[in-house]
Amino acid sequence: MYGTDFPPDDGPSTLLSEVNAAERALHAAAGARGPAATGDLAAYFDSVVAAEQKIEPRDWMPEGYRKTLIRQIAQHAHSEIIGMQPEGNWISRAPSLKRKAILLAKVQDEAGHGLYLYAAAETLGVDRAELVQLLLEGRQKYSSIFNYPTLTWADIGAIGWLVDGAAIVNQVPLCRCSYGPYARAMIRICKEESFHQRQGYEILYTLAHGTDGQRAMAQDAVDRWWYPSLAMFGPPDTDSTHSEQSMAWKIKRFSNDDLRQRFVDMCVPQAEVLGLAIPDPALRWNADRGHHDYTHPDYDELMRVIKGNGPCNRQRMAHRRAAHDDGAWVREAAAAYAKKKAA
Amino acid sequence: MALWEVFIRPRRGLAHSHVGSVHAADAQTALRNARDVYTRRQEGVSIWVVPAAEITASSPEEKDSFFDPAADKVYRHPTFYQVPEGAPHI
Repeated sequence: MYGTDFPPDDGPSTLLSEVNAAERALHAAAGARGPAATGDLAAYFDSVVAAEQKIEPRDWMPEGYRKTLIRQIAQHAHSEIIGMQPEGNWISRAPSLKRKAILLAKVQDEAGHGLYLYAAAETLGVDRAELVQLLLEGRQKYSSIFNYPTLTWADIGAIGWLVDGAAIVNQVPLCRCSYGPYARAMIRICKEESFHQRQGYEILYTLAHGTDGQRAMAQDAVDRWWYPSLAMFGPPDTDSTHSEQSMAWKIKRFSNDDLRQRFVDMCVPQAEVLGLAIPDPALRWNADRGHHDYTHPDYDELMRVIKGNGPCNRQRMAHRRAAHDDGAWVREAAAAYAKKKAA
Repeated sequence: MALWEVFIRPRRGLAHSHVGSVHAADAQTALRNARDVYTRRQEGVSIWVVPAAEITASSPEEKDSFFDPAADKVYRHPTFYQVPEGAPHI
């Protein structure tokens, strides 16, 4: 439970402090007097969103708002569930007991995050079983990043640093989403994600300061994960289909390109500390813009991966379907046990 | 599989608060699932699970008529009363 105490801020402008600020804003908005109710449900909805207050499950909401949230939250939940696979690949081969325990806890967190999100989606009137079915039938997507393979142990470091780092940059603004259950789930998730990013950074730092071979392995992992991580922010603003309405509804707060830029600016000094190179010869500070110029990821590749033709799409879906089928006996046994107890 | 709403008491002295939901076939399993999903970092010292179907909620559309009766009873608040200056302990 996270609503009752506020840990001290960990300094200005860190992502975690933004999460804490979002949580304080949520409590402040809840304490403030809301807009006056009117007979006009749509106008009342708009005024609640405009006042930075939260829409709650049984409130009237536009059908499009409900649909957008269900699609987005479900896709987010599916990503957490599929996201267990690339890292699960290394649990049995982690280089020490400590690393193994950490990786287990992280993968367990991903399962938990998936469940928080399914629970948030269910408050909008869908059933989790329906959403799981849509994933298994390939009718709902998950993040393209999880269709890339984890070839070496250093990939676990790169995923923590870059993939979780990008996820946090994407997710921190969602802590201020206008839909209450989603905002609260995201606050909880972002707090837990912070350890994920740090453990990855620590793995890379250790490798980068190890033998030549270890260092090369770390650099290779960063080389492979950099552009897919940039692609996690979605298509460029000029091609983004859902953005404008989502911004108006305060589901989304920043554009894809703004978040991508923020991520690049954050990573540059972090890479310097690691002593690893970001694989982009065009990367340089632009004093006029106050940001780094950088090479965009290959968006055609992103579309190919989203459409199902990434390196591991089929493998990920086959594994998920098999895991779902293999779990059937557990669901049946639980139902049989409940029935017997009730009799 | 049935849906259960989960309430957690973070620490002794605080009330249970709603944190989310879990699916389970029976109450004991729901309790264990809630522990695994919502208290991985010792977020609680006590958990309630309640069948979601058993919760009767007031409707937001009726919010005004439902809560209106309390709106004009300002005299239920101590600030309604004027205390003469110099009156101690009141």
